[in-house]
Amino acid sequence: MHRMLGLDVDERVAALELGFNGLGIDRWGVSKKHLKVFFTALGSLYRYYFRVKAFGLEHVPPKGRGMLVGNHSGGVAIDGAMVLASMFFDLNPPRLAQGMAEKFLNALPVSSTWSSRTGQLTGLPEHAEALLHDERLLMVFPEGARGTAKLYTERYSLVDFGTGFMRLALKTKSPIIPFGFLGGGAAIPTIFNAVALGKLLGVPYIPVTPYLVSLPLPVNLEVHYGEPMHFEGTGAEEDSVIGGYVEQVKRRIAMLIENGRRERHEAKHRKDAR
Amino acid sequence: MKVLVAGAASGLARQVVELLLADGHQVAGIDRRSWPGAPPRLALHAVDLRKRAAEDVFRRFRPDVVVHMATVTSLVMAGEERTRMNLGGTRAVFEHAHAYGAKHVVFVGRHTYYGAAADLALYHREEEPPQSLGTFPELADLVAADLYAGTTLWRGPHTTSVLRLCYTLGPSRQGTLASFLRGHRAPLVLGYDPLFQFLDESDAAKAIVLAVEKRPQGIFNVAGPAPLPLSTIIEGTGRTAVSVPEPLLKLLVGRFGFPSLPRGALEHLKFPVVVDATAFKKATGFEFLVDEVETLRRFRALGQ
Repeated sequence: MHRMLGLDVDERVAALELGFNGLGIDRWGVSKKHLKVFFTALGSLYRYYFRVKAFGLEHVPPKGRGMLVGNHSGGVAIDGAMVLASMFFDLNPPRLAQGMAEKFLNALPVSSTWSSRTGQLTGLPEHAEALLHDERLLMVFPEGARGTAKLYTERYSLVDFGTGFMRLALKTKSPIIPFGFLGGGAAIPTIFNAVALGKLLGVPYIPVTPYLVSLPLPVNLEVHYGEPMHFEGTGAEEDSVIGGYVEQVKRRIAMLIENGRRERHEAKHRKDAR
Repeated sequence: MKVLVAGAASGLARQVVELLLADGHQVAGIDRRSWPGAPPRLALHAVDLRKRAAEDVFRRFRPDVVVHMATVTSLVMAGEERTRMNLGGTRAVFEHAHAYGAKHVVFVGRHTYYGAAADLALYHREEEPPQSLGTFPELADLVAADLYAGTTLWRGPHTTSVLRLCYTLGPSRQGTLASFLRGHRAPLVLGYDPLFQFLDESDAAKAIVLAVEKRPQGIFNVAGPAPLPLSTIIEGTGRTAVSVPEPLLKLLVGRFGFPSLPRGALEHLKFPVVVDATAFKKATGFEFLVDEVETLRRFRALGQ
């Protein structure tokens, strides 16, 4: 299937350095077999449906620990999925970014198995720390679920950042690679979040769009990676110190979004002028 | 050294006894179960651990080390009797060890102490409290026995090693995972495929003997190879995995060739219990010899 789509999934899975055992499973339960299916599905969305453009990939360390930290864009986890896809399809050699999944994902059938087999572990500080010690690449959205719940009109804004990621980066001496994600808000133009319906289904909410269902539209998405940010400390600093560092990361992400929007706008103008 | 093994006739304990004898230790055992073909050098006493006769074994043998392997799971024994066995037996072992001058007690417990739930981290460490007992009350007496053994770390005059051993697979075909794989079909809860961590019995026995010889004081997770998804274990041992929706599975366990499981065990079929065993490795130098693929192959070769 992935060959038909022109995706080199097998080769890229083989190039991942995760310490797989003879059965193709790593110590966190990540399975080559599942990764192939997962990235074939993601790859078709990444390459052909959203035609994602990834900029600044050279800022992502080719090996060793690191934290990709960015904004949420879009009512379901397309942003995270496309960041995973960009690390897998456009980085050479590819890397598996590991997200910190919402707790309900591991509790529900099917998503429980798939989140585990693709390395998207439940968002717990213990997991994050242990993965970084294993020299993995972590993907963090410090806005949390409040970030995915942004409405269409708020799509380029950033809600409050949690501070846990910064304490973790300091404690584990991990570089932060900031990224700005553009277009998710237009892919799923949320006008309203149905919390009661979500509860019924065991998820935090269901984003409702003008066309009712929360399936994303095929708009172009962009992800802009910025230069790694290094902070010195132990992670046990006072909130005011940590807050200052977090603010720096937040500003950098806002800048990446702003620059991305401007470039997008200018590119559109150039195209219209022709 | 003089080593007394409580529960010496169980599958894993037999291998521990054999290894201890091979290492030149003088070994006695306590078990109500018989062990046909037991090594002649083993002094096996068919007494109840909680009865007077067991204390006499301690008094006469005067062990340097006591290895307590006489706790049982809910798969082996039900209800009140199991609670009495696990708590009363553990108490007796520690009290007699204290009274008759043992220098070291090894409590062989289980990694299921930590519990299984959707929001628990993989790779449990020794300092963690037991969690999710609410969903699996049948584990409570084993957890209590583990915690009681842990209290002797500060109460006892002797050294205590509390081992939280992961599942084992081997020729005895005993233990929770082996019992689960007893039939030709093994159930999965539809949509779930938790990681399971296991050691070959020979490595598990070796780890226990290392604890006897290295005498590490403290609580230690004991495990070897990285965990595998349950479906991989089922298939790797030549069984057929059958995915069943959770409500239906509750009705099926113990029937139609499916293993019998306590209600709470279903959580362990949905979520993993995986431990970080680096502290034990550091304290004893333990290295496993049989990897996960070979362990499955050997278990498969035993047939069903």
